[in-house]
Amino acid sequence: MTQYFVRRVMLAVPTVVLVIFATFLIVRLVPGDIVTIMMAERPYATQADKEALRKELGVDRPIPVQFVSYLGKVARGDLGDSFWTRRAVTAELRQRLPVTGQLGVFAIVLGLVIALPIGVLSAIRQDTVHDFIARSFAILALSVPSFFTATLLIVFPQKWFGWAPPLVYKGWDAGPIAHVYYFFFPALLLGVGLAGGVMRLTRTMMLEVLRQDYIRTAWAKGLRERSVIIQHATKNAFIPVLTVIGLQVSVVVSGSVIIESIFNIPGIGKYFVGAIFQRDYPSIQGVVLVLAIVIVFVNLLVDLAYAYLDPRIRFA
Amino acid sequence: MAEMVALELPGVGVAPGRRLPFLVDVGRRLVREKPLGLIGGLLVLMFVVMAVAAPVLTPYGPGQLGAGARLLGPSGAHLFGTDNLGRDVFSRVVRGAQVSMTIGVLAVVISTLISLAIGVLTGYFGGLFDMLFQRVVDGFMAFPALVFLIAVGAMFTNAQIPGLPTQGLFSTTVMSISIELGVLFGVGNSRVIRSATLSVVSSTYIEAARASGASHARLILVHVVPNVMPPVITLATLGLGGIILTESALEFLGLGVPPDQVTWGKMLSTEARAYMLQAPWLAIFPGLALSTAVFGFNMLGDALRDLLDPRLRRG
Repeated sequence: MTQYFVRRVMLAVPTVVLVIFATFLIVRLVPGDIVTIMMAERPYATQADKEALRKELGVDRPIPVQFVSYLGKVARGDLGDSFWTRRAVTAELRQRLPVTGQLGVFAIVLGLVIALPIGVLSAIRQDTVHDFIARSFAILALSVPSFFTATLLIVFPQKWFGWAPPLVYKGWDAGPIAHVYYFFFPALLLGVGLAGGVMRLTRTMMLEVLRQDYIRTAWAKGLRERSVIIQHATKNAFIPVLTVIGLQVSVVVSGSVIIESIFNIPGIGKYFVGAIFQRDYPSIQGVVLVLAIVIVFVNLLVDLAYAYLDPRIRFA
Repeated sequence: MAEMVALELPGVGVAPGRRLPFLVDVGRRLVREKPLGLIGGLLVLMFVVMAVAAPVLTPYGPGQLGAGARLLGPSGAHLFGTDNLGRDVFSRVVRGAQVSMTIGVLAVVISTLISLAIGVLTGYFGGLFDMLFQRVVDGFMAFPALVFLIAVGAMFTNAQIPGLPTQGLFSTTVMSISIELGVLFGVGNSRVIRSATLSVVSSTYIEAARASGASHARLILVHVVPNVMPPVITLATLGLGGIILTESALEFLGLGVPPDQVTWGKMLSTEARAYMLQAPWLAIFPGLALSTAVFGFNMLGDALRDLLDPRLRRG
C-alpha cells in the first residue's frame, strides 16, 4: 500500500507542473494585450505611459523569465496580484473557493442521494417498467443543459405560483436556513446533471455483482432480499462508483461556471469568467492552477481510497 | 464428409462475399433489438434534415425583423411565437440546428482522429513513450472542460484562419470552436481507445501477424485500427451529444460564434433571459430543441454501445 501511495503521489507532481506551464502559456498567447485593454479607459495615454505600465505589471520581460519568476512565487504560495484590482489572487481565492466548494459538495451529495437508490432499484428490477423509466431519466439528465432547467425553474413557478428560487446571495451571516435554502436550488440543478452518469454506472456495477457466485450463495442461504442487496451486493458495486465521483469534480467545476452566473453566486466560476473578459493574467492563472490542483488531488484521494477498499487494484 | 464438417462449424460455410457489411448488420440489429436506440436515431435524422433543409423549411429568415408583431405567443402563423424584435422563433430554432450540427460533425471528426492517434500509438508501443504521454493526458484532463474552452477560446477571439470567411457557417470562429472541442474530447476519449488497443495487442492474431513478419505500420493499420472501431463509433455518437451541449454552454456565456449566426445556446441566453417572464416560449423552444438533439445522440450512442460491445451482447 505504501509503495502504491508513493507511486501515485509521484505521478501527480509532474501533472501539476505541466498544468502550471500550460496555463501560463495559454494566457500569454491570448491576443488582446492587457496593457492596450487597460489603457483603453485612458485615451490620452502616451507610449511612455504604456511602457511604464508594462514594466509595473512585469509583462515587459521575456516569457521564460516571467515563467521562472512566477514559478518561484507559486512555490512560496504567492499567486501574484490582480492586474485590475491589485488585490492578491490568493485573497480572492480564499474568499471564493469555499463558496464554490460548498456548492460542489452539496451538488455531489444531492446527486448521489438521487442516483444510488435509483441505480440499485433499476438493476434489481432489470428490464421492467421501473428500469426503463429510470434509464430514460438518466439519459435525459445527461442531455438537458443546466442553464435550460435553471431558466424553467425561474420562470414557471413564478408564472403559476408567484414563487421563484432566491437569486440574491445569502452567506452564512444571513442565517443557516436562508443560506441552505439559497444553495439548495443551484445545487439541485447541478446534482441532477451528475445523477445521470452515476445512476448508469451504479446500475451496470450492480448487474455485474448480482451475477456473481457469492450473491447466489447469499440467496441460497435463505437471506432476505434486503440483506442480499444492501449488505452483500452494494458494498462491492459502489467501489467503482467512487471513481466516477472523482471525475465528477471536473464536471461540477464546469457546471458551476454557468450556474454561478445564473444564480449570482460569488464563487470561483463567476470570478473566472470576469477575469477572462478582462485579460487578468494572474487571476486566470490562479483559478486554473487551484482548480487543477483540486482535481488532481481529489482523483488521487479517490485512487487511494479505491486501492484501500479493493485490494485487487493495488496488487494488479 | 468434408461438407458436413463445414456445415457444423458456424461461419465456416458462409462465403465471405455473402456476409453483410458491418454497418448494415449493426443497423439491422438496431431496428430489431433496440427500440430506444431507433428513436434516438430517428431524432438525429430529424435534426440532420433540419440543418440541411433549413432554408426550405423556414417561412422567415433567421434575422428577419418584423416577421410578425413583437412577443407574439405560439400560433398557426408563428408556430413557436415571435421574439422581442418580431423575429419568427420557429425559423430561428430550425436555423440553430445548422451551427450545432456543423460544429458537432467537425469536432467529432477531429476528436476521433486525435483519440485514435494517441490511443492506438500509446497502447501499441507502450513503455516509456506511453508513460510520458499519459502524463500529458493527465495534465490535460486536470483542466475542467469549460475552463479550458474559455481560456483557449479567448486566444482565438481576434484571430483569423487564412482562407476562411469571417462570417457564415464555416467562419474562423466556428472552425476554432470545433478544433477546441475536438481536442478536448479527443484527448479525453484517447484513454478508452488506449485500453481497447491494449486488449487487441495482447490477442493471439496480433502475435501471429507479428510472427509472420508484419511491420509496425501494417500491424497498426490493418490489425489494430479496424478492431478498435466499435468503441470509436460509440464514442463518436455519444461525443456528438456532449459536444453540442458544451458548445451551447459557450454560446450561453456569450463566448460562441459571431452574431450573424443563430444558435440555441445564444437564444437561451440574451433574449430569453430578458423576456422570459412575459414570453416563456423564447426559452422553451430553443431549450427543447437542444435537449432533444442531445437526447437523440445519447440514446443512439447507448444502443450502439450495447450492440457493439460483445460483453454486453445477450445470448
